[in-house]
Amino acid sequence: MFLCDDSSIEFTPQAGIGAPVWRGHVPSGEELKTFAAAVHLAGGRLAAIWGSDERQRGGGPSAGLRAGFRLHCVFGLESGHAWVSLDLPADEPVYPDLSGIFPAANRMQRATRDMVGIATSGGDQRPWLRHGAWPADWYPLRHDAVHEAGMGVGFQNFPSNYDFVQVGGEGAHEIPVGPIHAGIIEPGHFRFSVVGERVLRLEQRLGYQHKGVEKLLIGADIGRGARLVGRVSGDSTCAYAWAYATAVEAACRTEVPPRALLLRTLMLERERVANHLGDLGALGNDAAFAFGLTQFMRLKEDWLRLNQQLFGHRFMMDRIVPGGVATDIEAPALSAIVEQCAAIGATVKQLRTLYDEHPGLQDRFATTGAIDAALARELSLTGMAARATGILLDGRAHRQGYTPPPPYAALGVRPVTDERGDVAARVAVRFGEIFESLRLLREIAVGMASGETCAEVTPVAGAGGLGVIEAWRGEVLVGVQFDADGRLARVHPHDPSWQIWPALEHAVMKDIVPDFPLINKSFNLSYSGVDL
Amino acid sequence: MISISGLLGQAFAILLALVLAPLLSGWVGQCRAWLQSRTAPPLLLPYYQLQKLFHKDVVLAHGASSLFRAAPFVVFGCMVLACAIIPSLSTDLPLAPAADALALVGVFGLARVFISLAAMDVGTSFGTLGGRREMLVGFLAEPALLMVIFTLAMTVQSTSVATIVETLAHRELVIYPSLAFAGIAFTFVSFAENARVPVDNPATHLELTMIHEAMILEYSGRHLALIEWAASLKLYAYSCLGLALFFPWGIAPGDNFLALVAAIPLLLFKLAIGGAFLAAIETINAKMRIFRAPEFLGTAFMLAVLGLLVRLLLESRV
Repeated sequence: MFLCDDSSIEFTPQAGIGAPVWRGHVPSGEELKTFAAAVHLAGGRLAAIWGSDERQRGGGPSAGLRAGFRLHCVFGLESGHAWVSLDLPADEPVYPDLSGIFPAANRMQRATRDMVGIATSGGDQRPWLRHGAWPADWYPLRHDAVHEAGMGVGFQNFPSNYDFVQVGGEGAHEIPVGPIHAGIIEPGHFRFSVVGERVLRLEQRLGYQHKGVEKLLIGADIGRGARLVGRVSGDSTCAYAWAYATAVEAACRTEVPPRALLLRTLMLERERVANHLGDLGALGNDAAFAFGLTQFMRLKEDWLRLNQQLFGHRFMMDRIVPGGVATDIEAPALSAIVEQCAAIGATVKQLRTLYDEHPGLQDRFATTGAIDAALARELSLTGMAARATGILLDGRAHRQGYTPPPPYAALGVRPVTDERGDVAARVAVRFGEIFESLRLLREIAVGMASGETCAEVTPVAGAGGLGVIEAWRGEVLVGVQFDADGRLARVHPHDPSWQIWPALEHAVMKDIVPDFPLINKSFNLSYSGVDL
Repeated sequence: MISISGLLGQAFAILLALVLAPLLSGWVGQCRAWLQSRTAPPLLLPYYQLQKLFHKDVVLAHGASSLFRAAPFVVFGCMVLACAIIPSLSTDLPLAPAADALALVGVFGLARVFISLAAMDVGTSFGTLGGRREMLVGFLAEPALLMVIFTLAMTVQSTSVATIVETLAHRELVIYPSLAFAGIAFTFVSFAENARVPVDNPATHLELTMIHEAMILEYSGRHLALIEWAASLKLYAYSCLGLALFFPWGIAPGDNFLALVAAIPLLLFKLAIGGAFLAAIETINAKMRIFRAPEFLGTAFMLAVLGLLVRLLLESRV
């Protein structure tokens, strides 16, 4: 394929109509590193890393290895995703550290070590998801971890000291913030090293919301899997459900009816608009412009109420299922959507003028929390965060060498970019994406296909698939592997926040402490999505 | 010369301040809600909050010294004294000679020093953060406030607030340009001193952006109640000072009981207008970056100095 003509890796395209994915296998860790370096050189990015316990299933395709563990790496390239796996021996599951090539690998590698017990041979060895709730030599996602200790029950909690990077020097000191905050938000710890108000360094520690979702997914059936994956990060439930459904459909060779695809798009775009509306209001509020908050929250409330009315759930949870969608809507519902798009679009247009022409707000937004496109590429950013640095990367839109999956291919999505990279740019991209999504919603509602809304899905023993969906925050990936009984052997949901959280550490560095909440809100990353 | 009616009037003024101050905060909150097209909280919300806080147990941080426990009482006492010497209803205030306008600035300063020290006392990073931000705002706001007072003091040749107000209230209506400058400068200072938008945000839950709220994060129970009450007393004191200095009409001149009674509805009316004005300013503005606060208060200082110069150069014949 495309990139590695000189490589010994053979890639096969994944079946199905989702975003293009090629699957391949590397024989050794060194070759994985070589491949990663080639991807980096070609301007690609790291999309996800996870591990799986294959000891029960017998060895992988590579000869000479006893049944052991498997490392999965997904790389994003211009034309699609390369899903590369590497088999590791059971007695010494070690692979080379990729964080020198892709800094985004750092946390994913550490999480993989904590969960599955396959480690890098060098680099950062601090735990990431393990906060001392289970012993260091017990790995929750190994098959034999179930019976020995039963989901962690019975373990003593051993809170461990975490090795934050220290900053020294005249007047430098630390401000620890969280995991419990003054407002009702998700928990996360932020360690600021500051001189006066100036931020020298920010280091995050996440994992406080670890709830063992991946463990629960092991052995689940397809339906239960959909419900669990839909709850990884509630604000992106449609994106997760669709990514999971795509992965399952690719593995099971299911054909999804066209009407179901359009209904899924309808829900995903409604989810995008709902989140952008809420965040634009919250951004105003974080600059003490509470008027913005109340106006946008009113719009979001109207929006969610129509969701409840049409789909039976405010956030449309469990409405996208493998095979299609769980709910159908009538013709009057489509006209209600068109009407609401027009009404909300008009108000948002006024509010955009208000935001754009408010000197106080613009002073807070402009130049605050800036990252440039080079850094965004280095950190493998996707989604709104990347587009706000001018990178034209949108899984829904055509670009050179890439055709988006249906129905986006036919809709002709116009990606919104802004080159400034600061809070103002992210605000502008959010506004732009609202208008684009409203246009798409109108187009979908007008051109809605008729027919079935759900197809039968039969699990295929031993099959696997990868689903990629452009969620409102960025690229959501779900990797699925079935076991010999047709149950889920391993599911890995991957949130774009994995890549964007480190970008926040960079974005705040040139700024002052009181600007952090605004910068943080402009990204509005998921804690739950990465704590798993 | 202290008269019985003067003493009564003084006691009444203090009582009125204690009662009206939370009401003013509640009114500002209501106006803010209306202007943001929200359903407004009850007008009496601050009283409910005080009642709730007074009934709660105090939770003290480990290592809190007696300074931490004493600070709420000192701050509250300072604000009561400030309200006592600012003529709200009558200029016949027996306590007024205790502190002139310069001392009034000192009383506010004393409260500021205590609350900042208490914030640093428990040793949390937020307290220290808030304390030093408060000092940044304070050391810039105080000179501007002093300049405003000098401008007015030169007009009436006295630094006693009561005398200034009495003189201003009972002269023929002349428009002094210096007062306009001083008035704008005073408004700027009031926003900064009372932790309002655009300098601080009293409604925020973002601990990293707080100034005043960061200092009181460790307080609870009756301590917090006193601090909240003191904060509303400070807003009341500043409002009354502003109204007395720039809109002195209607304040009772001395031991005139009828004038005193007539002054009450007028004061309520003026406070209601003032509160609505504050809410309107807070609604249309965003909070500025913290390093813009020096510019903001520098502007206030410059305006006050301009007022003083205008007074010296143009109005010195008065």
